[in-house]
Amino acid sequence: MTTFLGFPTAPKGVGHLRTVQPFPVAARQALGDAQLRRNIGAATATIQAKRANVTAELPDWEALRSAGQAVKASAMRSLDRCLVELESQVQARGGTVHWARDADEANRIMTGLVAATGAREVVKVKSMVTDEIGLNEALAAAGITAHETDLAELIIQLGHDRPSHILVPAIHRNRAEIREIFLHEMADVDPALTDDPHALAEAARVYLRRRFLTARVGISGANFAIAETGTLCVVESEGNGRMCLTLPDTLITVMGIEKVLPSWNDLGVFLQLLPRSSTGERMNPYTSMWTGVTPGDGPQHFHLVLLDNGRTAALADQTGRQALHCIRCSACMNVCPVYERTGGHAYGSVYPGPIGAIISPQLTGVEDNATLPYASSLCGACADVCPVKIDIPSVLVHLRARHVEEVRRTHRQPSAEAVGMAAASWVMADPRRYSAALRSARIGRALGRGGRIRLLPPPLSRWTSARDAPVPPAQTFRDWWRDEHGDTP
Amino acid sequence: MSARDEVLARIRAALADDGQVNGHRGGHPGGDGSAPSYRTQGDLTGETLLDLLAGRLTDYRAVVRRTTEAELGAAVGAALEQRGVRRVVLPPGLSLPGLPAGVEAVTDDGLSPQDLDAVDGVLTGAAIAIAETGTIVLDGSPDQGRRAISLVPDYHLCIVRAAQVVEQVPEGVARLAARAHCPLTWISGPSATSDIELKRVEGVHGPRTLEVVLVGA
Repeated sequence: MTTFLGFPTAPKGVGHLRTVQPFPVAARQALGDAQLRRNIGAATATIQAKRANVTAELPDWEALRSAGQAVKASAMRSLDRCLVELESQVQARGGTVHWARDADEANRIMTGLVAATGAREVVKVKSMVTDEIGLNEALAAAGITAHETDLAELIIQLGHDRPSHILVPAIHRNRAEIREIFLHEMADVDPALTDDPHALAEAARVYLRRRFLTARVGISGANFAIAETGTLCVVESEGNGRMCLTLPDTLITVMGIEKVLPSWNDLGVFLQLLPRSSTGERMNPYTSMWTGVTPGDGPQHFHLVLLDNGRTAALADQTGRQALHCIRCSACMNVCPVYERTGGHAYGSVYPGPIGAIISPQLTGVEDNATLPYASSLCGACADVCPVKIDIPSVLVHLRARHVEEVRRTHRQPSAEAVGMAAASWVMADPRRYSAALRSARIGRALGRGGRIRLLPPPLSRWTSARDAPVPPAQTFRDWWRDEHGDTP
Repeated sequence: MSARDEVLARIRAALADDGQVNGHRGGHPGGDGSAPSYRTQGDLTGETLLDLLAGRLTDYRAVVRRTTEAELGAAVGAALEQRGVRRVVLPPGLSLPGLPAGVEAVTDDGLSPQDLDAVDGVLTGAAIAIAETGTIVLDGSPDQGRRAISLVPDYHLCIVRAAQVVEQVPEGVARLAARAHCPLTWISGPSATSDIELKRVEGVHGPRTLEVVLVGA
C-alpha cells in the first residue's frame, strides 16, 4: 500500500485507522442516537468552557502556542537526528530501542517481548497508538490478556465497545450502563453496587489493584520523548499510569516517531499547553518521567518501540505534515460543530474529530479514508483552539484536492467533486450564465422537502449522491437587487 | 535493510525536498540564541509566592498546612495524628525530629507492593514545587525514595520548603534539568477521574489524600 508519493502507509487488516462505513453513512446513524448526542454535546460544552477559563489565566498563552508550533516544526525538520539522539540516550541509560515500520511489525515486537518474560497478562496505560495498531488483539492472538487500567478504557474494554472521544472515551455511556457493565463483567463485584460515580470508581480501584500489585509487564504510549536526555513522559489523572510505569519489572513503551521533542526545556512549553488544552486544568494530577532504567526504582527492563505506520508518508507531504504536530489534547473536537453532533464513532478511526480527519487519511493513504476530509464545514474553530496552531482547515482542503487527484489518476475519470467544481466554475465564470443558473435552480424548490434537496439533476446529481443541497430561495439575491435598485450589481 | 535503517531512510527522503534544513534545535529558544517570547521567570517572592502555591494546591483539593522549620516536627505529627496514621512509610534518607508516640515508622528497604498496600500512609520530601499550577515534583532523592512508596499508600504527606518553590512551569523544568535522568513524578492534587458523565471523583489509584506541609523561610 503506497501513496502517490511512494511512501508506505499503514497496512490494512490490522488496527483501527480505517472507516468501515463512509462518514456520511456512519454520521447519519450517530445522529439518530439521542443519548450519544446529548452526552457528547454536554461533555464538549463543559470541557470547552474549562479550557477557555484556564487558557485565559495565562498572559502568554499565544506566545506558548507559537513556541509549541515552532518546536514541533523544528522537531519534524530534524526528525532523523532527534530519533537517533533519543535512541542513544535511552540505550546509554540501560533501555533497549526497537524500530517498527508498521503496525504488524510493532505488534510482533511487543508480543515477542511479553512472551519472553513468560507473563500471560499485561497492564496497560491509556494509549492511542496501541489502539491504532490493534495491539490488544495481537496480544490476545498470542494468548496474552491486556488489562486496560484507565477507568474509561476499562469501561470500553469490559463493554466490548469502541472509544468515542480521545480524552473521555466512554462519554457515550451513562452511569446506569456502566454499573450494568461492571456487574456483568467484573468477577467478585459487590452485587449491591450503585450507579454513583464514586462507587463505580471504587469498584474499578478494587478490581484493578490486585492486577497492579502483581503485574510483571506494563505497556504504555508516550506523550513526549526528549531527544536530548532520552526521557519519556506520560501525563494522566488517575494514577493508573504511575502504577503501570512503576510496579512491573518490565516496561514496554510504544510511540509514534513524531512524539519526539528536541530539548529538555521544551517540556516547559508543552506541560503548559497540554493540560490546559486537554482537561482544562492548570496541571493534570500526575505526570511521570523516566529515562532508561533506574536501579532499585521501577521497571528494571525497559523497551522503547519507535513506530512509523504511515507517519513518514505524512512527513513527505509538506502541507499535511503539520498533522504530526498534534499532542492529542482533543480541544479541536470539543469545538467542532460536526464532532459535537456525531461523536467519535462516526469517524471510524481511533483518531476522531477535525484532527482525526487530517491524521487518519494521511496514515492510511487518502483513498482509504476518503470521506473524512469532507467531514467538516471548514469553520476554522479547530485551528483557533489548537495548542500548536495546526491549520486544520487548510490541510482538510489540501487532502480533498489530493483525493480528487487520486481518483482522477486511478480511475482515469473525474470524481463527483471534480465534476461539480468544474461545472460550478464554468457557470460562475460568466455573470449571465450565473444569473440564469440561479434562476433555474429555483426549480429545485419543487424537488426539495424540508428545505433540503436530496437529489439534483445530472451532472450535479453526483454532488448530491453524498450530501444534501439547500433549497434555493424563492428570489435570488441578484433578482432582488435588480427589483430594489433597478440595475445589475 | 533493518527497520531502523529503513525508517530513517524514509524520513530523510520525506525531508529531501525541504531545502535548507534548520538546525537541530532551531525552533527552540536557546537553539538559535533568541530569547523565548513566553514567560520563563516569575516575579513573585517570599510569602506571596507561598500563598500562590498554597491557594493552587487547595484549589485542586490537596490539604495544605503552613509551618516553620522550628515547628516542622510538630506539624508533621499533627497531620499524622489527625489522619489517624499508625504505620507510615519513610524513605531511607528523610530526617525528622521525631514522630508522635503511637506512630510506627516503616523505613523503605525494598518493601513489596503488598507491604506498601498495608501501611496507612507515606511521608516524603520534594525536589521542587511550582506555585502557578499547584504542583510538587519528586525526583527519587534519598528524602523522597522510590516511586512506589509515594504511589501505593492511600495517604501522601509531603514536606515542601520555601527554597524549593518556583512560580512557573518553565522555571521548574529548568531547575530539574540536572535531575532529568532521575525518575520524576509531578503531582498536582490527589488522584482524580472525570470519566463517568464528567463527574469529578477524587481518588482512583493513586493516594486519595494529598497533604502538603509548607515550610516558610
